Amino acid sequence: MDALLHQLLSGIASGGIYAAVALALVMIYQATHHVNFAQGEMATLSTYLALTLIQVGAPYWVAFVVTVVLSFGIGVVIERVLLRPMHGAPVLASVGIFIGLLLIFNALTGAIWGYLTQQFPSPFGDAHILGGYVSPHELGATAITLVVLLLVWAFFRFTKLGLAMRAAAYNPVSSRLVGIDVGWMLALGWGLAAAIGAIAGMMIAPVVFLDPNMMGGILLYAFAGALLGGITSPLGAVIGGFLVGIIENIGGAYIVGTELKLTLALIIIVAILIIRPSGLLGRTIVSRV
Amino acid sequence: MKLLDVANLDAGYGATTVLRGIGFEVDEGGVTTLLGANGAGKTTTLRAICGLCRRTGEIRLRGERVDTLSTERIARRGVAHVPDGRGTFMELTVEENMRLGAYTRTDQQVRPDFERMFGYFPKLRQRFRQQAGTLSGGEQQMLAIARALLLSPKLLLLDEPSFGLAPMIVREIFEIMRRVNAEEGTGILVVEQNANLALSFADQAYLLETGRIVMAGPAADIGRDPAVRRAYLGY
Amino acid sequence: MGQATLPAVAAPRAAARGFALLPALVILVAAAALTFVCSNYWLFQLTLVVAFAIAVLGLNIVTGYSGQISLGHGAFYAIGAYVTAILMSNPLTLPWLDPIEVPYWATLPVSAVVCGCLGFLLGFPALRLGGLYLALTTFALAVATPQLLKSDLLGDWTGGVQGLTILKPDPPGGLPLSADQWLYLFTLAVAAVLFVAARNLLRGRIGRALVAVRDHPLAAEAMGVDIALMKTGAFAVSAIYTGVAGSLGAIAIQFVAPDSFPVLLSIELFVGLVVGGVATVEGAIFGGVFVVLIPQIAEKISKAAPGAIYGGILIAVMYLMPFGIAGALRRLRRRA
Repeated sequence: MDALLHQLLSGIASGGIYAAVALALVMIYQATHHVNFAQGEMATLSTYLALTLIQVGAPYWVAFVVTVVLSFGIGVVIERVLLRPMHGAPVLASVGIFIGLLLIFNALTGAIWGYLTQQFPSPFGDAHILGGYVSPHELGATAITLVVLLLVWAFFRFTKLGLAMRAAAYNPVSSRLVGIDVGWMLALGWGLAAAIGAIAGMMIAPVVFLDPNMMGGILLYAFAGALLGGITSPLGAVIGGFLVGIIENIGGAYIVGTELKLTLALIIIVAILIIRPSGLLGRTIVSRV
Repeated sequence: MKLLDVANLDAGYGATTVLRGIGFEVDEGGVTTLLGANGAGKTTTLRAICGLCRRTGEIRLRGERVDTLSTERIARRGVAHVPDGRGTFMELTVEENMRLGAYTRTDQQVRPDFERMFGYFPKLRQRFRQQAGTLSGGEQQMLAIARALLLSPKLLLLDEPSFGLAPMIVREIFEIMRRVNAEEGTGILVVEQNANLALSFADQAYLLETGRIVMAGPAADIGRDPAVRRAYLGY
Repeated sequence: MGQATLPAVAAPRAAARGFALLPALVILVAAAALTFVCSNYWLFQLTLVVAFAIAVLGLNIVTGYSGQISLGHGAFYAIGAYVTAILMSNPLTLPWLDPIEVPYWATLPVSAVVCGCLGFLLGFPALRLGGLYLALTTFALAVATPQLLKSDLLGDWTGGVQGLTILKPDPPGGLPLSADQWLYLFTLAVAAVLFVAARNLLRGRIGRALVAVRDHPLAAEAMGVDIALMKTGAFAVSAIYTGVAGSLGAIAIQFVAPDSFPVLLSIELFVGLVVGGVATVEGAIFGGVFVVLIPQIAEKISKAAPGAIYGGILIAVMYLMPFGIAGALRRLRRRA
């Protein structure tokens, strides 16, 4: 029973990480209706930027904020410079560009910072809490994820800009007709997603240690979490992320062993998607034929 | 000075040119209709005004050239377009659609305007929180018009408002348009296949055939012209 | 900024006629002639290019023509490779005969059948999942494949992490060719048959039905197209193609191991698809060339970050030719 609790809490802790990245994915999807496969690599790059800032002496939270702002900028620039010309192109070509970005970011990160694993500091300290099942960092990271989620949800639900971003993704032409600058909405979406990704990266790195391939497996789990929760729902993404974490841990511990953990988790998720294709909280869009 | 003054307009898509050197006007607070059969270029005309297709020529809104501006800048100048197909944000609610209509406005009159829309279209109040995609064709058309009116436009562009709607609903809609024109002084450019309807509604009429204007004048005169009557009015 | 236009009207549709046979024959003969011109090393590379081209064609059938995104076709490639390796490593023992060595060419039909069945089975859940969800599911398959191959479940058959080796086949009956030359010609011949078969399949009713299912499923259904059959069928056929490609690749490399089939493989097949040209049969050839040769070029340009060069080239190609190389060529021909 003890062990089960441990696995559960562990699962929730890693789930928090997947939830954060899933949120970034949903963010970009809501704004652009594309899934950014390069999200993980961008987050890794951001984390390395933060590390560099800390290594030259910046206090943690200063580095944190600067990194988030810089990442926002990088996201906006990528959309405006790289993706704007592709607005009319077929979907698969855009996916090709995302894959290209993924490869570039991954290679650049390795080339600039090397492939040796490095440590990344956590702002939450080392205290022994909650009977040692959960570290302060895991708790803090989960809390931050939830705060970001709340802000994102509120942004999309209540602000004019959030509504405009959603509208721009669903119907660019009609959005233009009501005066929305669709191009900048997309850029904003990318910026926000990059910022969220940076936060996720900085929360993950203390746990899994920083190296250029840090986000590979995590991206997949995050992707699964986002789809499980419903790609149109930020709350769903977070719930999905946590669920994936739990399934992965418990499945790994009790059913198949660490080797096939990944496979099992994905099988379960796929099964759920087959039963409920738009995910747990996804809105099934009704369309009149 | 006219509300809308179009001259020498060529427009098209890709390699195809649809409009060839057309010109027409809408008076301040006036109603102009553009008539023509399928494929004449009516929808293209409205799209050209809004910058949604390739265009060259002179388009003036209250004297200022707008033919080089992007669609969103033109909308911000007070041009509201109800496109063919209605352009509803299907996945969003009626409320969100209406909020989007008022996107460019910073004044305090938005909420009272919502009430005004409910006055014209009571159904919208009923369906306020419903997903727009679940509305019927007529309701979506009303929502599209409400969205356009919420922009507080100087010029309203209507693309075949009668399309696919039951005659009773069409009459309702045109009644409301008459009221809006009379009470707000909003200029209207309406593109229609239903010539009878359009001619009874408009002051000025233009006839479009394969991308060229072939006839122009007061709506009443156009309606009495024997050639037009035979070809478009059925008698 | 200027004009916001409505979505481009002219997306090139799958050319109803497919590639012209006469020029294709000329190219085939020229390709075969390379056998006598190239070194063994280059013939090996070309063999891989051809095998990959077949694999990309398979992916094109399911993703390009029937619109079901698969990021996991590497799994079928791996299955085909392993079927061949296992058959060639384990002589057939039937009770009334001496053990028979399974010849390399006989493994291809077996590969085809195994992969076809698996593809068909995969097609059923795929029906329920659309777009992104299918992409994830197939991606999961790609990720799971090396893990499954390494695991104890299949270890006895697959030889686990160490993998299996295959002996390079000799040219038949004393032909004056090196083994590499023979293998190249053999692979080319198989490719020719498969490409022509695909072209004929896709240029007719079935091709049009697939594209209809991809673009307007409701209308297609209303016109009597059996969507389920089309889609699962597409999966099956595409799995056959990619599986056979895997077999050919395995024979060329003479070695299969779980780590030969990482996620990157599925991504590369996808890259081959978009670079070559979605919904074109001839595009697969360009895709094969790109995927096999560009990484090597990238390595030569930058030792430190070849991935960045590869990614950069990929992005450049997508800009200049969003419909792929074959798509761009078709547009040129249309203007001429």
